[in-house]
Amino acid sequence: MAKNAKATAVTAPKPSLAKRVRNMSDTNLLLTITITVFVLMYLSAILFLGSGFLKPQMFLNILNENAALIILSCAMSLVMITGGIDISVGTMTALVCMSCAVHLDYKGGNVFTALLIALAIGVGYGLVQGYLVAYLNIQPFIVSLAGMFFAKGATTIVNATQFNVENAQFQALKSKRIYVPGLGSTNKHGIYIPAYVEIGVIVALLVVIGLFVFLRWTKMGRSFYAVGGNAANASLLGINVKLTKFTAHMMCSVIASIGGFVYFMHVGSGSPSHAAGAEMNAIASSIIGGTMLSGGVGNIAGTFFGVLSLSTIKNIVSALGFDEAWWTNITVAAMLCLFLVIQSIVLKRKTNK
Amino acid sequence: MTQKVSTKKSGSFLETVVALTRKQFFIPIAALTILVLFNLIMDPSFFAIKLGTNSNGDPVLSGYLITILNNASELVILAIGMTLVTSASGGQDISVGSTIAIAGSVILRILCNRPITVANMLFAFLVAAIVSMIFGAFNGVLVAYFKIQPMIATLILFTAGRSIAAWINNNTLPVINDPTFAYFGNFIPGIPVPTPFFIAAICVIIITLVLKFTTLGLYSQAVGINPSSSRLNGIDPAKVKLITYIILGLCVAVVGLIKVSRISTINYSVVAKDIEMDAILAVALGGNSLGGGKFNMASSIMGAYIIQFLTTTLFKFKVESTALPAYKAIVVIILVVLSAPVVREKMSAFWKKVTSKSAKEAA
Repeated sequence: MAKNAKATAVTAPKPSLAKRVRNMSDTNLLLTITITVFVLMYLSAILFLGSGFLKPQMFLNILNENAALIILSCAMSLVMITGGIDISVGTMTALVCMSCAVHLDYKGGNVFTALLIALAIGVGYGLVQGYLVAYLNIQPFIVSLAGMFFAKGATTIVNATQFNVENAQFQALKSKRIYVPGLGSTNKHGIYIPAYVEIGVIVALLVVIGLFVFLRWTKMGRSFYAVGGNAANASLLGINVKLTKFTAHMMCSVIASIGGFVYFMHVGSGSPSHAAGAEMNAIASSIIGGTMLSGGVGNIAGTFFGVLSLSTIKNIVSALGFDEAWWTNITVAAMLCLFLVIQSIVLKRKTNK
Repeated sequence: MTQKVSTKKSGSFLETVVALTRKQFFIPIAALTILVLFNLIMDPSFFAIKLGTNSNGDPVLSGYLITILNNASELVILAIGMTLVTSASGGQDISVGSTIAIAGSVILRILCNRPITVANMLFAFLVAAIVSMIFGAFNGVLVAYFKIQPMIATLILFTAGRSIAAWINNNTLPVINDPTFAYFGNFIPGIPVPTPFFIAAICVIIITLVLKFTTLGLYSQAVGINPSSSRLNGIDPAKVKLITYIILGLCVAVVGLIKVSRISTINYSVVAKDIEMDAILAVALGGNSLGGGKFNMASSIMGAYIIQFLTTTLFKFKVESTALPAYKAIVVIILVVLSAPVVREKMSAFWKKVTSKSAKEAA
């Protein structure tokens, strides 16, 4: 008996790796898988595809290209954690771009009021969708489907054709580059080129950090998980389920409108076809990042790595010489499939233990 | 005295109205009535049907109603499969648009190098049906055996489907010039009603017979309501879910045939775009829960016709095709809000208050 107790006492502080994995929460386990896969993928890209992936600017360009998608995916993760979904974020981005573009170029507005317009669209969407989902109990898929249709039509009502914004103030903001010290490289002429990121990346990183803190350490953030895991139990624990769902949809729409503005800053134009399919990319990134549509499981850091994995695989495919557009889609789908199967197997094992 | 009687009558009338609103088919019928009335008031010529001749001299019917019957066919066929999938798996298949592109691509690939005969067309359709049933089974396996949420599992094919369709034909756009091939999507000479309507009608008849004479409907509802209790009753939930996805695959193949036959060629990125959203909407407008369980096939089919009715009405009033989704969204929101259980309860409570008040006043 004493020997047994001693043995457990010795092994308790240092459980085996398998045991530690088994004792992890779903959220952390899926997060670990995502980060591992991303690191492995990037390392193998460096090893097999040469120096292109070794340059810091290559990595920073992934961030530059995907700053808006990171923000949209974070917004998507928020509602997915509460067990909902919002497929209106993609077309809402197009609506934000078009409204801001028209405001800046045709109505002579400035960047600040354009940002206010973007936020107003987000708040409006959040109010309507949040109310319908939380207080009238309508399925979030249908509500946001209508939201998606509405934004799609409204974009063309605002302006039906694509045009580039020429507002000087906006152009200055768009082309502003923030240099990252110590990461530059010298080109073949021996000139030092500093590595840079766009403003959108800073915004995206702030959103990621902010939401990470929010979900991990605030009362409302924790109740997101509780409501997504089991709304009835959450209600018994004294959580205001309706308010939580409303807040999730509100935050999602507002953050998505910020994402829309970041997208606008990146492309600098308004077009009805902007961000087409971004909602599906955002859902895919959230899934790869370990957020589950059934709710209650997910992590913003995972979503961040999900976006990075998705765009890294796209870069790898084009670096391998498969330039036709269909290869990218097929690889992304294959990757999504792989992740889904891994997740399902991992979670099944845990429930069977 | 007479006054009292009349209020009593109106009270009971209101009660029957309230009872009617609780029925599942109330929303689709009410929506259809409103649309019909709106068109009658605005412009009764909406319902005119003319018998004319097309460029080949064959008799064809034309008019907005015929347009609705014609264009809703794809949606009706998809709504059949989508209702079953929704009922059994509690989720929706968003890959149908992409799989239609694959099915259409397969049909064109087989037919573009062969003479257009009945046997060849049948062969092409059968291959397309098998291919889309395999893709349906792929979705079904992910949902049923890997227990992935349907929307996420079908996101895979949603992403890759159109690329696979382009890949099947090496990204070329085969065109079939034989007019016989266009029969499925247009008119058969001598018959003035568009063929897609007949195809949709055949599908509706088949599914009605299947639901009446097999246990498919019962099993998928049982699985949708409670998978574990249906397992205890000897139903294999995974198998039932898989079968519903394969049936949806078959529906997709039929729609693919109609779609490529309409224009005798295919555009991979545009064909059947956003049709998955309309199909899901048809199921929801029919008053079916998107969370699975009980379903009513007739209301789903009616939902599909309502969506097309709405689209055609908006087109008639010169709404730009790109701006159309915005108006559609508003109508959809009104419909789902009216059909939400919370709102209905409040409404019936309000009616009761009104009726009791009027009864009191009369007394």
